[in-house]
Amino acid sequence: MTVGMNLGMPGGDNIQELSVEELRAKYGSGLEIQSEENMLLSMGPQHPSTHGVLRLLLELDGETVVNLAPDIGFLHTGIEKNMESKTYTQALVMTDRMDYLAPMSNNFGYILAVEKLLGVEVTPRAEVIRVILGELTRILSHLVWLGTSALDVAAQSVFLYCFREREYILDIYEMVAGQRMMASYFRPGGLWRDVPEEFVPAIRNFLDFFPSRIDDYEALLKENPIFHKRTKGVGVISAEDAISMGLTGPSLRGSGVNWDIRKSIPYSGYENYDFEVPLGTEGDVYSRYLCRMKEMRQSLGIIKQALDRLPDGPVQIDDRKIVPPPRSELGRSMEAVIHHFKLWTEGFKAPKGYVFQRVESPKGEFACYLRGNDTSKPARVHFRTPSYVNLASLPIMAKGLFVADLVAIIGSIDIVLGEIDR
Amino acid sequence: MSNSDGLFYEKVNDAFPESIIEVVDFRGERTLVVEQAYLKDICLFLRDEEDLVCNFLEDIVADDMLPEFPRFAVNYHIYSIPKNHHIRLRVPVDDPDDGPDSVGTVWPVAYWLEMEVWDLMGITFKGNDKLRRLFLPEDWQGHPLRKDYPLGYEEVQFSFNWQAIDAKKPYAKD
Repeated sequence: MTVGMNLGMPGGDNIQELSVEELRAKYGSGLEIQSEENMLLSMGPQHPSTHGVLRLLLELDGETVVNLAPDIGFLHTGIEKNMESKTYTQALVMTDRMDYLAPMSNNFGYILAVEKLLGVEVTPRAEVIRVILGELTRILSHLVWLGTSALDVAAQSVFLYCFREREYILDIYEMVAGQRMMASYFRPGGLWRDVPEEFVPAIRNFLDFFPSRIDDYEALLKENPIFHKRTKGVGVISAEDAISMGLTGPSLRGSGVNWDIRKSIPYSGYENYDFEVPLGTEGDVYSRYLCRMKEMRQSLGIIKQALDRLPDGPVQIDDRKIVPPPRSELGRSMEAVIHHFKLWTEGFKAPKGYVFQRVESPKGEFACYLRGNDTSKPARVHFRTPSYVNLASLPIMAKGLFVADLVAIIGSIDIVLGEIDR
Repeated sequence: MSNSDGLFYEKVNDAFPESIIEVVDFRGERTLVVEQAYLKDICLFLRDEEDLVCNFLEDIVADDMLPEFPRFAVNYHIYSIPKNHHIRLRVPVDDPDDGPDSVGTVWPVAYWLEMEVWDLMGITFKGNDKLRRLFLPEDWQGHPLRKDYPLGYEEVQFSFNWQAIDAKKPYAKD
């Protein structure tokens, strides 16, 4: 069996000898060309408004987009394949690197899947801290979305304000996990360690100043006539289309579909929190903008409730087969040494079977399919990443609009290419 | 476990009595293992049946069960937004070149998801003529998520074997 890429010319052919039709069939990303008179334009992969390395093959009639096909894979790192040769704990660090703007949401989905496969329940304190950090991550991701998508429609000042607040959340990340972005803080059976003392005051402080900052962003955009012209009525997708194309998250709710996994398939105790699911009405870029802005306020509400009920107690389950023993025990307990050694060399074993765990990540439905086979390494890991599936509806939203509108639409579905290609 | 698990089994079993091979319950999730030939009809049925209304296809996941037989399995995670219930259909696939029917006519997003499955696992879908390389380059050979895919480890170049490895490297030498 031959595998891998041929060296030399792509496909082994000489590009100069191929006809235009052959070239399009091979490298046209499946674009079905409507008319020979239209122009083909390759947008990206190096283009600031594609939010990473997304290549779009556009068929243009003048400046109007007649058809388009996304071409992805420039950031493919084979994470799913790599995980099959790592233990469950080692594989965790790769989940951070998929959606690098919302690392803890990815940890959340993967860790819940591992725990489901093992059949363990975490302690109440760990559950609440996970919810707090999960919601902080939602704000973190929405801040980057707000800054960059506003930049796409030429509202340049919003960007730096958003990154100022993002920095505060990254400091909290560093406080709990020692890492600004790739935290890997959620571990099978709980958390890496308990949060430090200054955690709760830092979050309280954030809750105090952040609502007025959201007001500031809205003052810049919400009633801005230029922003209205760029976003209202642009990139409309109906509720039926959105559902059939698998759109999830705020992009789906912008079309008025009331579906949030935190409400419908609650995990990690989300059923105990009181919050609303913001819905849009028009299904355009502006509706999706409003949904995300309201979602940030709802997240603040969830964090506040979680802080008020944050219980004391351990953050890891009391099962030495899954959670390593504390350092203090190693000096006086033989069993602790054995457990420590076994866990860090071999890892824990997961039973045969497959599970599918969904979480509501900032961008939509993030789900992890995990199959165990009685060893310490997963037999198959698959991620249903929201950005990948949301990208499928881009052609529906963008057809018949200008290229400049396409830029606004890409911003509004909030894709991250690390998560698409994974 | 969602309350509709029994309903799914009943309805599908009534409509397609021969189709269900096995019912798997694991960690509160129900899986209907169904025959490959019935897949598309079941999907259409799940979408259009009044009590089920499964209007949302969440994901298609292919799994390589080597050395078991049949070797491959394709999982369809299907959800109903109005009814808030979900089910997993699992289709054993023996020959990846003779894969299940495409469900793109039932849920259009399936065309996009099937493309990923073909690219990385090499399972074809009948009726989906849009299958192409998505993540990998157009001229890539093989499907990396299969268990028998060689990982192609290269020998590490140290000072003692520098010359021997360098001689085999494909770049222009003076």
